[in-house]
Amino acid sequence: MVQMNDVRMVYDSSGTEALNDVDLEINEGEFVFLVGPSGSGKTTIIKLLTGEVQAKQGEISVNGFDLRRIKRRKLPQLRRTLGVIFQDFRLIDKMTVYENVAFAMRVVGASGRAISERVPYVLELVGLKGREKRHPKELSGGEQQRVAIARALVNSPRMIIADEPTGNLDPVRSLEIMLLLEKINELGTTVLVVTHEKELVNAFSKRVVAIDGGHIISDGMDGYYSYEIE
Amino acid sequence: MRLNSIGYLIKSGFKGIFSHGLMSFATVAIIMACLIIMGAFSLLVVNINDMIAGLEEESNVVVAFIDENLSREEAIALEPAILAVPNVDSVQFVTREEAADDFQADYDEALFDVITDDTFRDRYVVQLQDISLMEQTRTDLYAVDGVAKVNAHLEYAEGFITARNIVSIISLILIVILIVVSFFIMTNTIKLATFTRREEIAIMKMVGASNGFIRCPFIVEGLILGLLGGGLAFLAEWGLYGLVASELVGGLTGTFISVVPFSEVCWPLLAAFMGVGVLVGVFGGSSAIRNYLKV
Repeated sequence: MVQMNDVRMVYDSSGTEALNDVDLEINEGEFVFLVGPSGSGKTTIIKLLTGEVQAKQGEISVNGFDLRRIKRRKLPQLRRTLGVIFQDFRLIDKMTVYENVAFAMRVVGASGRAISERVPYVLELVGLKGREKRHPKELSGGEQQRVAIARALVNSPRMIIADEPTGNLDPVRSLEIMLLLEKINELGTTVLVVTHEKELVNAFSKRVVAIDGGHIISDGMDGYYSYEIE
Repeated sequence: MRLNSIGYLIKSGFKGIFSHGLMSFATVAIIMACLIIMGAFSLLVVNINDMIAGLEEESNVVVAFIDENLSREEAIALEPAILAVPNVDSVQFVTREEAADDFQADYDEALFDVITDDTFRDRYVVQLQDISLMEQTRTDLYAVDGVAKVNAHLEYAEGFITARNIVSIISLILIVILIVVSFFIMTNTIKLATFTRREEIAIMKMVGASNGFIRCPFIVEGLILGLLGGGLAFLAEWGLYGLVASELVGGLTGTFISVVPFSEVCWPLLAAFMGVGVLVGVFGGSSAIRNYLKV
């Protein structure tokens, strides 16, 4: 599913080395936390996995796409196999909840009928039934993140990548979102959650990959987040 | 891009205009303003050229005087030979009596009582095709047997040619500058309008939209705004031209200034406005989002 071997990433604009000698493997159906302090390289890993930036060295494969050799015009196909969730939700304010989710299906050329069947199902799955006609600004932070999760899920991606999905939420809403992601994982979708919230990570018994200074410093299956955030 | 997306994309283009109403209004207003300025200048050039052409037409004439030894019949018989001279458009035979009448009609008869029909010669008033060839035509007319003298105002011809060349060069340079500046302003306005939507584009990229899918609504939107701007600019130009033309015609009666009727220039102007509007809209719309498509 995800295979990173000896990956090195340097940003051309600043010359900063964001990652060095990174090896990471994520298998089908896994739930993985990627943890580390600010500037440790977490976001760079997400950008590499979504094809936003290209590594200087090493091999990266995501859902069968070789990201070191992928052509720019093939990137949309890669992204359609992924569902990405951000801390700031990134919803389109002028669209309703339903339209925000349906929009992701429009993009991949789904028919009107397929959209009208799939969107209500996904909105119910994330607990937003009855909120279809609301606009993002009329929802709480937790509800907005649920819309983002629904949008990420609606095209049945093989993998969900969540970048600090609870960063803007209170502890109760954060736990709800994590439980929702766990439920999605149990339904068969691979989930990668990037976070630095220790308590939240410790509440789940999942694989935790810790990164600092561009290096992976621990990778445990015990679900215990031992890395101390500075 | 799948077929069932096309309707959605066109609809999105239309919706984009209304959901970003202020920026759409600004874009149309800028396109209108630029086109009105370009159009006004072009119409000014058209009118100047028309005035020069009118004056040229009046001066594009030479007079070929016939040898006094020829009889009236022999003089009339020269017409085919004169018509055969290159650059001659048409000829009109004027008898010496008609010439005398014309002269006396123009001046005070009492002052010229010594002037009789015999003072004048039979002549041909020769209309030329091209004023710039007047000197050569005069030489050719001299070569016609029976033509005694040719009067040609070469200095007028040279003056008109110079004036026309200067107007053409200056107007060409100014129109090119205006087009470049207007194009820059118009496309940048569309780019500015698009800047407010970069987040939307980023979301589209993130969920796997192809560049064509993202670009299409912006092109549709640019096309509509361009057509709207071009159409409104045409109507405004029409109104302004009518207003200025009626003021000029009313205020300058009896001068050499004349105004080209709008009906003579309306179709080329409409085509130019719509063409520039569409070009700017489509080019602006597609180039504006190019930078946001690179991620």
